[in-house]
Amino acid sequence: MFLGEVVGTVVSPVQIPILDGQKLLLIRPITPDGRPTGKTRIGIDRAQAGVGDRVLVLDEGNGARQILGDPKGAVKTVIVGVVDFIERGGKLDYDSRERE
Amino acid sequence: MYLARVIGRVVATHKYAGLGGVPLQWIQPLDEHGHDMGDALVACAAISSGPGDLVHFVDGREAALVCPETFVPVDASIIGYVEEAYANGKFIGREAAGAR
Repeated sequence: MFLGEVVGTVVSPVQIPILDGQKLLLIRPITPDGRPTGKTRIGIDRAQAGVGDRVLVLDEGNGARQILGDPKGAVKTVIVGVVDFIERGGKLDYDSRERE
Repeated sequence: MYLARVIGRVVATHKYAGLGGVPLQWIQPLDEHGHDMGDALVACAAISSGPGDLVHFVDGREAALVCPETFVPVDASIIGYVEEAYANGKFIGREAAGAR
């Protein structure tokens, strides 16, 4: 799993059946202090995430298929959590409550 | 799963037996700004798509699962047509992406 930031939404009217009804979001992987790293991905949202949220992303097929309940589904990237805060060395690197 | 633009079509008359009838497309992965991200690659198409289209694709073992035969040597498959993607306050659409 990795840490990411939701940067956008994806509208896909034609897709494989397992993705029907699922919300797709654009995710940019980030370091704990918020710097972008790695490649931008599209993930299935299973944690009620939204644009601007820091999220926990699973990028692995077996776990993704378990979450969606289809042993033959061609899915890989799933948002599995919304991050509240990140603490490193006793100091908060990120706190979602500061945004409010 | 990544965002990409279809930039061409690949035709291979002779290929692995299990891949008969599977269309191949040449795609360029895109980042959240709609800019090219990494090298272009060839992907199987599970949905109909053509040059200029914005799509999303899955890589790795999952890619083979959308083919008619699921035990085939495939490492990228187009799994959805993207009507529009919205990131950083901007639309990445078919027009915005600039069909080649």
